[in-house]
Amino acid sequence: MHIDWIYGLIGGAIIGIAGAIFLLFNARIMGASGIIGGLVDGSGKSDWQERAALVAGLLFVPGIAAFATGGAQTNVTGNLVVVVAAGLLVGVGTRLANGCTSGHGVCGISRLSLRGIVATGFYIGAGGLTVVIFKHVLGVI
Amino acid sequence: MRVLVSFITGATFGVGLLVSGMTNTDKVQGWLDIFGNWDPTLAFVMGGAIVPMAIAWQLTKSRKPVYADSFPAPPEPRIGRNLVIGSTLFGIGWGLAGLCPGPAVASLLFGGIGGIAFMIAMLAGMAIAPRVRTHLDQYETAS
Repeated sequence: MHIDWIYGLIGGAIIGIAGAIFLLFNARIMGASGIIGGLVDGSGKSDWQERAALVAGLLFVPGIAAFATGGAQTNVTGNLVVVVAAGLLVGVGTRLANGCTSGHGVCGISRLSLRGIVATGFYIGAGGLTVVIFKHVLGVI
Repeated sequence: MRVLVSFITGATFGVGLLVSGMTNTDKVQGWLDIFGNWDPTLAFVMGGAIVPMAIAWQLTKSRKPVYADSFPAPPEPRIGRNLVIGSTLFGIGWGLAGLCPGPAVASLLFGGIGGIAFMIAMLAGMAIAPRVRTHLDQYETAS
């Protein structure tokens, strides 16, 4: 594991600071699925500029940083059936649950929200089971 | 100013995801894979992110937001069926691809065709989610 956990801790703190800025300045919860979903289904029409600005920062700044530092590996599987199925599940699931790793996980757990803690338990449990089944049993991923 | 704060939030969030390694799907799937070569990084990312957020939540008790009237009210503590079903579906997709919405956007410019296909499918899923929700709610009322 080398020193990856140190990068994890530092990167995590930067993510937390981003969420803290959004909360303390704009009184908003930094949940990626809610911010994007509101743009997609029209429910976030009234503040679309703020949503679009957040998505723009999230898209372009790490993109430029990755190119500037010589590229970054994402290792997304080339199996398009798997990525399309995964994308659909993530899209529907996060909107039904009203949150994902950032909203329920980072922002919810840090305020000891029961909903955030329960949601995180279910998606980690389902994710772990999925990796076990599709990697070790079926060998698809 | 709220738009600028939003951009700074997204930029900082994205840099954090990149630095932490969460745009690398191997690290996410490696953390979920408790029977394989387990990678603990994601736990450190979560822990590192929760500390500044917890401090921020504490500050909301004694302060006013800078560019808003009031802080968001605590959500209803109700654990509904949509929360459980939605989180389970999300978890399956997260395990399959190793991507969740934040990192999917942050890595879109360097994630190749797989990342782009995931994004299109995710946006489609988000677009049909209100219909799925209505369907589930009807079923609940009927039963």
